[in-house]
Amino acid sequence: MSLDILEIRRDFPILSRQVHGKPLVYFDNAATTQKPKALIAALSSFYENHNGNIHRGAHTLSDEATTLVENARQKTADFINAPKPETIIFTRNATEAINLVAHSWGRKFLKAGDEIVLTELEHHSNLVPWQILAAEKSLKLRFIPITRVGDLDLFAARELFSEKTKLVSFTAASNVLGTLPPVLEMITLAKQFGAKTLVDASQWTPHFKTDVQKWGCDFLAFSAHKMLGPTGLGVLYGRESLLEEMDPFLGGGDMIETVELETFTPNVLPAKFEAGTPAIAEAAVFPEALNYLSKIGFAEMEAQEKILLHRALEILKNEPEIELYGSDLAEGRGGVISFNLKGLHPHDVGTSLDLEGVAVRSGHHCCQPLMRRLGVGGTARASFYFYNTLEEVEIFGRALRKTIQFFKPRLKAVGVK
Amino acid sequence: MEGDQELKELYQDVLLDYSQSGAHKGKIENPHFHSRGINPVCGDEIEIAMDVKNPSGVIEKIRYSGHGCVISQASAAMMAECLEGKTPERARDLVLAFKDMMLSKTSLDLLPAELEVMKALEGVRKFPLRVKCATLAWNTIQKSFPEEKRS
Ligand SMILES: Cc1ncc(COP(=O)(O)O)c(C=O)c1O
Repeated sequence: MSLDILEIRRDFPILSRQVHGKPLVYFDNAATTQKPKALIAALSSFYENHNGNIHRGAHTLSDEATTLVENARQKTADFINAPKPETIIFTRNATEAINLVAHSWGRKFLKAGDEIVLTELEHHSNLVPWQILAAEKSLKLRFIPITRVGDLDLFAARELFSEKTKLVSFTAASNVLGTLPPVLEMITLAKQFGAKTLVDASQWTPHFKTDVQKWGCDFLAFSAHKMLGPTGLGVLYGRESLLEEMDPFLGGGDMIETVELETFTPNVLPAKFEAGTPAIAEAAVFPEALNYLSKIGFAEMEAQEKILLHRALEILKNEPEIELYGSDLAEGRGGVISFNLKGLHPHDVGTSLDLEGVAVRSGHHCCQPLMRRLGVGGTARASFYFYNTLEEVEIFGRALRKTIQFFKPRLKAVGVK
Repeated sequence: MEGDQELKELYQDVLLDYSQSGAHKGKIENPHFHSRGINPVCGDEIEIAMDVKNPSGVIEKIRYSGHGCVISQASAAMMAECLEGKTPERARDLVLAFKDMMLSKTSLDLLPAELEVMKALEGVRKFPLRVKCATLAWNTIQKSFPEEKRS
């Protein structure tokens, strides 16, 4: 059954606003997604009816807020098929989730000479925490290269693994090229060498069904804001036995069991990793986002995104002035397309499209090493979600042609380089 | 072409011309002053070199290199043209005046006459993220100037 997109769009008030006097075409979903009315209403309702600090004090509001947050933890666990709610740690975002692993697991269990395998596709948030750790502990970072179309080169990958490999941390979906690395194969490979695995699912969970038990990964990180949820809330799933062994992350309230003047003992999971007052309202309403995604259904979502991808790629391939990065096929990829207008900086493309109401991201997308690998300073990126329409893709196409027609006669490099 | 008024207002012809003018592009060997700047939003880098003539002390030559968008490249080219022939002290004041204009702290009418051409960047003020492109060269050259004297 295909989705009634126009009906769906009514649930997202922001989608009917105008930008520079034109209807907004929001194609920056890989950066953050828009929020359904139900979630916005739930946020207000939380503050109007249930606001209190959690796990503290015996009064009704604190109880209600605590119940809502713990219910959200259970819902999140169900959503990714985690075995227990205690294996779900709420963080500020995916970045913090990855840093938590680097800090609490990496610092405790890695030693000089150990190796971490990453890939050339990674976001800065899955690079820099490991660079910091590697410098501190004298570790070696190794990188799985990508092929011409942006797939992970698994032949080369095999060469990188050895008994020194202690962790493999990689994205399940590229935020630049839309590449979908073979997660199961990567995890199987890592396990052959006894390495732990961290999946950066930031671009995966919003679009595809996630099952951490089927994958068998040790850690999984993602952000609520990229999947209809609120900002300020991220998720770390961790294998329970590992979370138990790890050191605490931040110190403070809630993460302790007892505190003496000189010492403390850490709390049990998941509180051990959640120091201080968390994003209570955001966590409490996150189930609204998860419910919405379940109601849509991942199969239907994927079908809609494929339609958009197909047409967008067709439009882009038809313009000789456009350079595409990664695969030019709609199959086997996520709804993300990176491109450049030859001879024009992606920021100028971004501003020109914005003047037509079309929001794309331009720049390095927090993937500077990948940009270098592609031989560019940056790209323009269109990223879709289920609430986007074919008509919007046509508007995008027209805005792009207008950009080409404006700049080509005025700048000699445009269309040439 | 219909409806490209906004594009024309933002990307004025002067701007596009300066952005592809080679007049001040390049490097100086052993320059008197040299500074580098990065726009963290896009990662674009610019290098600016400057020679000061003795004994008059005026800026003799400014050259910039690096890659960037139309706005950052045009702004660098226009800046080089505006600041050559000025004393470093005057140049420093002009940098501040330009930045105040871009950050909409001062009105266009208050822009010193030497910076008349910079009014072509006026349209950029509506795009806060792009203001960083317009000010990159200016922030970069600023590092070469003596600190303002405190009176
Ligand atoms: C692949 C990937 N990993 C990590 C992140 C970081 O997400 P956040 O900024 O929400 O921590 C992003 C989003 O920008 C991403 O696309």
